[in-house]
Amino acid sequence: MSSTRRTSGTTIAAHAILITYTLIALFPVFVILINSFKSRKAIFREPLALPNAETFSMIGYETVFNQGDFFQYFQNSMIVTVVSLTLILLFGAMAAFALAEYRFKGNTLMGLYLALGIMIPIRIGTVAILEMMVSTGLVNTLTALILVYTAQGLPLAVFILSEFMKGVSDDLKNAGRIDGLSEYKIFFRLVLPLVRPAMATVAVFNMIPIWNDLWFPLILAPAEEVKTLTLGSQVFIGQFVTDWNAVLSALSMAILPVMILYVIFSRQLIRGITSGAVK
Amino acid sequence: MTALKLENVNKSFGSVHVLKDINLTVEDGEFVVFVGPSGCGKSTLLRVIAGLEDATSGTVAIGGDVVNAVPPAKRGIAMVFQSYALYPHLSVKDNMGLGLKQEGKSNAVVDERVSKASAMLDLDNYLTRRPAELSGGQRQRVAIGRAIVRDPKLFLFDEPLSNLDAALRMNTRVEIAALHRTLSASMIYVTHDQIEAMTLADKIVVLRDGRVEQVGSPMELYNNPANQFVAGFLGSPSMNFLSQSVTGLENGTTLGIRPEHLRFDANGQISGQVTHVERLGGDTNLLVKTDADEVLTVRLFGQDPTEVGDDVRLSYENANAFFFDQNGQRALPRAA
Repeated sequence: MSSTRRTSGTTIAAHAILITYTLIALFPVFVILINSFKSRKAIFREPLALPNAETFSMIGYETVFNQGDFFQYFQNSMIVTVVSLTLILLFGAMAAFALAEYRFKGNTLMGLYLALGIMIPIRIGTVAILEMMVSTGLVNTLTALILVYTAQGLPLAVFILSEFMKGVSDDLKNAGRIDGLSEYKIFFRLVLPLVRPAMATVAVFNMIPIWNDLWFPLILAPAEEVKTLTLGSQVFIGQFVTDWNAVLSALSMAILPVMILYVIFSRQLIRGITSGAVK
Repeated sequence: MTALKLENVNKSFGSVHVLKDINLTVEDGEFVVFVGPSGCGKSTLLRVIAGLEDATSGTVAIGGDVVNAVPPAKRGIAMVFQSYALYPHLSVKDNMGLGLKQEGKSNAVVDERVSKASAMLDLDNYLTRRPAELSGGQRQRVAIGRAIVRDPKLFLFDEPLSNLDAALRMNTRVEIAALHRTLSASMIYVTHDQIEAMTLADKIVVLRDGRVEQVGSPMELYNNPANQFVAGFLGSPSMNFLSQSVTGLENGTTLGIRPEHLRFDANGQISGQVTHVERLGGDTNLLVKTDADEVLTVRLFGQDPTEVGDDVRLSYENANAFFFDQNGQRALPRAA
């Protein structure tokens, strides 16, 4: 990228590849969206056709709103995702700060131990987790899900954030110490704002799997009042008959909140008040 | 009263012994410069004084009180960092006032001290700006302002000029010297640049490998260096060390002669050939390769027509010569 001048040919090729990839990636979403607005017959007759006056139908959305407590599911998913993310970011950043900032015995070992979770999928421990949740009486609560997702997200968060925090100027932290800021204030007021892009990255990485997860809600919290959106949508998928209108409508609506969260976090990625802090 | 007293201060990181038995006194109102090559421990020593690192052993006393167990904010010090270390999310005014606010001073006091410092440093027009909107020199002035505002017993400067360009460095150096005169405060200044050390210091502390090599006023160190390291470190261009080119030297002894003390002389003790000429206008520096294959620098005042390849003979006065033994320590001058 550095010295060679790009010819228009390579620019076009690069764009062609990127556009092709974008189309492939977005196509399933597009198909879900258009079909959610079509009648059942139209979905099966011409799955790729846009809805027109004849095939347009809101039946899927109506089913979703009438059957099952869709708003309850929605709210459950929101609570689980937002609380888990908050806890991951808070504890992950604190652990990362300690690992990056303080010299203590076993620092490296602790870092490795915390990073181990990246390599071992948490689902391997599902049975043990379920037993623990049963004995603590947390089955069928959102707390169970929040705890599991926090544990699942922490290793990567600590790993990424501690690397970034090592990059924050020591001088800045020391200036804070000389000005009499407590370690907490140094962490919250000086360091966290500077690693905000990394925090946003961690948030985005963790948000999608939590929002879309079917495994843990199904095992730990299948009760009606704590069902998440993904699990709630499963009621429309039957062993013999699937209500495609409803499934597609539910999925279409499930995309929205993640998109909103993503937009919020990605703005953090771009915005940076870090420039000019040091040097 | 002494502003700072260090007694047998040692610092180790694991098995690495960084500071070795440092003993040092800084008098009230004194400007002391720590100078030495990179890795000599000068910044670590400053951090130990500031309380950002704990001394492994020994005592640190600031203004008469032993402060080994006192946190940095309560030591009565202020520090200016090489990278400025301004708080990016705060305005210039809040950057300067934060330390006082943390001490619990009232807004009136904070405002008064900040405006006094900003007037002193010419920052009045920038008080509402963020650090990102300032130039390098302005940021450094804000960092200095942040230190002044706290009215500390001891100022600590950690290579404050090394991120500035040459012209600005000169200006800021003069400003810091002026500041020292105005505030008549005790200051410790760390640098690897011997020019800053020579121009600013009342007292220079030369460090090498975690040890104090010599302490003294700039001219004392320049005229009477204790060893070869100090002699070579201070002065620019640095001192010439010859062991072969001059006759009559005892085996292992080195002769040191400053570039400005060499002059052309048809009967000179040293002969050689000019290999490079630097014409600076006011000065001319010649690199001369002696017949014994040693390179030395000659500093001539004014402009000189000598060209590369010219054969020259150089002489010096014995009064200006330094002698060092095999270990680099000063040896008594030999009767020549």
